[in-house]
Amino acid sequence: MSNSSDATRVLDSIDTEIAEQLLSRRAALARGASTTGVVMAGLRMGTVPAALAALSTSAFGQGGRLPTAVTGVLNFALRLEYLEFEFYNRGLAAARLIPAADRTIFTTIQTHENVHVEYLRTALGASARPKPTFDYTAGGGSGTGPFADVFTNYATFLAVAQAFEDTGVRAYKGQAPTLLPYKDVLQAALTIHSVEGRHAAEVRRLRGNFADNEPNQGWVTLALTDIPGTAAVYANEQNIMQGGIDVTTIVTGIAAKEVSEAFDEPLTMAEILAIVTPFIAA
Amino acid sequence: MNTTHDDVSGAATHPEPARNRREFLRFAGLTGAAVAFAGCSSGSPELLAPASTPSGAVIGVDGSVTLDFSNELDVLNYAYALEQLEAAFYVQVVANASFGTTFAANEQRVLRDIRDHEVVHRNFFAAALGSNKIPNLTPKFGTINFANRTSVLETAKTFEDLGVSAYNGAARYLKSAEYLTLAGKIVSVEARHASTIRDILNPRSGDFAPTAFDLANTPQTVLTAAGPFIVESITVINT
Repeated sequence: MSNSSDATRVLDSIDTEIAEQLLSRRAALARGASTTGVVMAGLRMGTVPAALAALSTSAFGQGGRLPTAVTGVLNFALRLEYLEFEFYNRGLAAARLIPAADRTIFTTIQTHENVHVEYLRTALGASARPKPTFDYTAGGGSGTGPFADVFTNYATFLAVAQAFEDTGVRAYKGQAPTLLPYKDVLQAALTIHSVEGRHAAEVRRLRGNFADNEPNQGWVTLALTDIPGTAAVYANEQNIMQGGIDVTTIVTGIAAKEVSEAFDEPLTMAEILAIVTPFIAA
Repeated sequence: MNTTHDDVSGAATHPEPARNRREFLRFAGLTGAAVAFAGCSSGSPELLAPASTPSGAVIGVDGSVTLDFSNELDVLNYAYALEQLEAAFYVQVVANASFGTTFAANEQRVLRDIRDHEVVHRNFFAAALGSNKIPNLTPKFGTINFANRTSVLETAKTFEDLGVSAYNGAARYLKSAEYLTLAGKIVSVEARHASTIRDILNPRSGDFAPTAFDLANTPQTVLTAAGPFIVESITVINT
């Protein structure tokens, strides 16, 4: 477990170098300007270098190698971030898909996913696995899956976006225990995890035109989903047992529905990969 | 929905959960004195000296709380303190006489749900900590105008963002995967709240998620921000 002086030393040694890497890489990004804006904002606030320092190989001693457990989790996260980032890139590039009034929402999310990708790639360095080829119809490469109109039908695009964001929350959450010994990495991952939660809430509410009626509220009610084919994304979200306690028995006048909403449930890496696999062509 | 809720400051007064709490805590033999202090008058002679609880928390004669983060039960007590604050706030928001006219219908649904979630979180920590829990805290909401939409929503935004940053910053002090997962289950719900409140304040903007990385604030930073809303002072040591 690193202490605060370790963190300071790491920051001092890698801040400039990593920041430059990140900033030069953005030139290759289609939306370099907005990405730069977020990164620069993060640099000013101190959040980006702190997070980068946490994931720097130099934070792991002389060998400069990330522990295998960490690279496994980060490559898993990178796969999901690639899935999201290319999805929003393609959605925003599609003609007449996203209405003008909603573009700010999706450019915001897109920018974040781009930053997450760059950040994980920078942290993983040579260990970073390449971006897969995606099939956003969930056809496993056929291009004719259940979401065949994902980039021509806005409702389908929103449904897939919600599924990705809620899956992302469950994915990061499920990997937290693996990162437990690596405090700085854990903290960095958690600061992404909660942002995915913010994205999920926004997309969920957008799908209900911000009327905040179930199941189109910011939170997940029981295992309810109005998106066909996404039962696995919401499996076990109806859980009311926490830490061995039936939480419905320790509240008055609050139903199981609200109790379930108050806790987001994790999924294992295998469960997440089973959800994601249909979206991967190669 | 016709629901009843605990009073504003009241932490769980419910019976102990059916399942064995001690099994959950995995700290056999821990029986606490902390709860005993909650109900004692400050003039009691036994309270003249600060008392250490089994969790490591020290309760001062003035009600001040010192949490020892070398003991992960006190990390849970830290979360319990923040959930007490949030629950008390939303209970008061929904109970306000003008709630039905101050907020739009969807906003009322949101605020009622968030109230329920925060009461659930508070009571969960109370039940999980059992005799190791810190006393009930006293909210100090004098600066909030509960009949004013903007005052309530801006305060909600502050509390939700603060909660997210607090859980993100405190996770590193947890030692067990069980507690880490529980904290993770809650923090993303706080993030969903923050996103929702932020979008209500500034619809369809990018404000629901202002940065690609959320903050991970130290307990000291969080408590400095929360301090004006709580009568008892809270200090965290061994961070």
